[in-house]
Amino acid sequence: MKLRKTAAVAVAVLALTATACGGKEGSAGDKPATKPGDAAAPKLPTYAVASGVDLNSPTFKKAKERGKLIIGSKADQPYLGFEDQATKVRSGFDIEIAKMIAAELGFSPDKIEWKTVNSKLRETAISTGQVDYYVGTYTINDKRKAQVGFAGPYYKAGADLLVRKDETAITGPESVKGKKVCSITGSTPLQEIKKPQYGAETVELGKYSDCVQQLLTKQVDAVTTDDSILKGYAAANKGKLKVVGKPFTEEPYGIGISKEDKVLRDKVNDVLEKFEKDGTYKKIYEATLGLSGSAYTEPPAVVRY
Amino acid sequence: MNVLLDHFPEFRDGFIGTVSITAVSSVIALVLGVVIAGFRVSPVPPLRFFGTAWVTLLRNTPLTLLFLVFFFVVPEILFPGMSPFVLASLALGLYTSSFVCEAVRSGISTVPLGQAEAARSLGMGFSQTLRLIVLPQATRTVLPPMSSIFIALTKNSAIAGAFSVTELFGWQTLMSEQGYAIAPVFFWVAVAYLVITFAISGLFRLLERTMEVAR
Repeated sequence: MKLRKTAAVAVAVLALTATACGGKEGSAGDKPATKPGDAAAPKLPTYAVASGVDLNSPTFKKAKERGKLIIGSKADQPYLGFEDQATKVRSGFDIEIAKMIAAELGFSPDKIEWKTVNSKLRETAISTGQVDYYVGTYTINDKRKAQVGFAGPYYKAGADLLVRKDETAITGPESVKGKKVCSITGSTPLQEIKKPQYGAETVELGKYSDCVQQLLTKQVDAVTTDDSILKGYAAANKGKLKVVGKPFTEEPYGIGISKEDKVLRDKVNDVLEKFEKDGTYKKIYEATLGLSGSAYTEPPAVVRY
Repeated sequence: MNVLLDHFPEFRDGFIGTVSITAVSSVIALVLGVVIAGFRVSPVPPLRFFGTAWVTLLRNTPLTLLFLVFFFVVPEILFPGMSPFVLASLALGLYTSSFVCEAVRSGISTVPLGQAEAARSLGMGFSQTLRLIVLPQATRTVLPPMSSIFIALTKNSAIAGAFSVTELFGWQTLMSEQGYAIAPVFFWVAVAYLVITFAISGLFRLLERTMEVAR
């Protein structure tokens, strides 16, 4: 009986993958093959909601008054920050990290309001208090530190290349000379791969899913961005795409918090350290990003300032 | 100010990009628009039908969708390996041509019928009548709506930035990505667009003045 159930799940997953690769517009990354929460997937940990939390932080006080926490995230990155358009349920690594922090601040999942924030508007949304904190493939750098505060890093990504399964010519960033590489208009990995030492021809589109579409239809030879995002797309298009696995930049992900709110920043750093130690972090990884077939790596040490 | 000084070369490239795509698409739109307007007022039914279909189709398609078709469908079926700039100019030019066509057609209908009849009685054919008598008189009426159309085209060219064409939108994305504050970035982009659109409206004012006649 149990065996039959597993088989049924496997068939369902296959069917999902098949429809996800239907090649209709925007199908790239529509549905992760194994969604967190499927019977076949490793179980997500649950987070005990802390009670009686009191922080001398303006952001926290505002959230307490409001009675809910507003968290900024992404909605179009399978396994990282993904919103199922039908059910409005959010899933992924970044989403779980955000929930874990919320629980430690005393907010249960039903007290969280999610807000999808466009990359361009992240600094604005954080500094004007539209979101209490932001979790979503947010690389820490000095320019951004001038505008917002960062807790973490909680994950180390790096720019990598996504290619078709049968690709043999592209083995890393040094083999893309004259090849067409696609990414989002103005993105950092694209600026990197343009440099003379790599010398790729670039195609700049508005969305990653557009790039993946062009890769599937052989109009470009590779897609570049953070490996974490690419792994999600590789998993969503199983058997068609693969990640090269030779990162050529360092992208430490942090949690964006209002620049002045050092109290909250320290608290979030405490939370990250606590859960990295007790294994919860690893469990989250295996039930989300781990499903895309990439091995678990130890999280980087948090930087307090 | 910093953001402009630090990244002036990229800003310049973006500005040149916006100007060139605007210029190329404008030429495409103007030529096609006038030709299609001629089709729509011609005595030949198939041409009239073609013109109507052209305008209906292109004017009612969202521009972003048209771009998607040009970038994801056209290279698959027709011409693989066309440069993004050419594809974007075509998408923008064809889209705008339908608006130009309608403006020209409304200009044509302001020319009194007697003018065309007089031309016919002198033995002129359809294309001569249009070229020598009707269009020169229609041009005056058409100028104000035309200037609006080309200003709209300039602003619509920002969509090309999401389709691999270097222009101002791309510069703005690049600066945001590098972590510059969003307000100054948008300020400079807005200034750049204003320079272009003011130049266009100035040009049209000049044309209007030179074509003025005592009525």
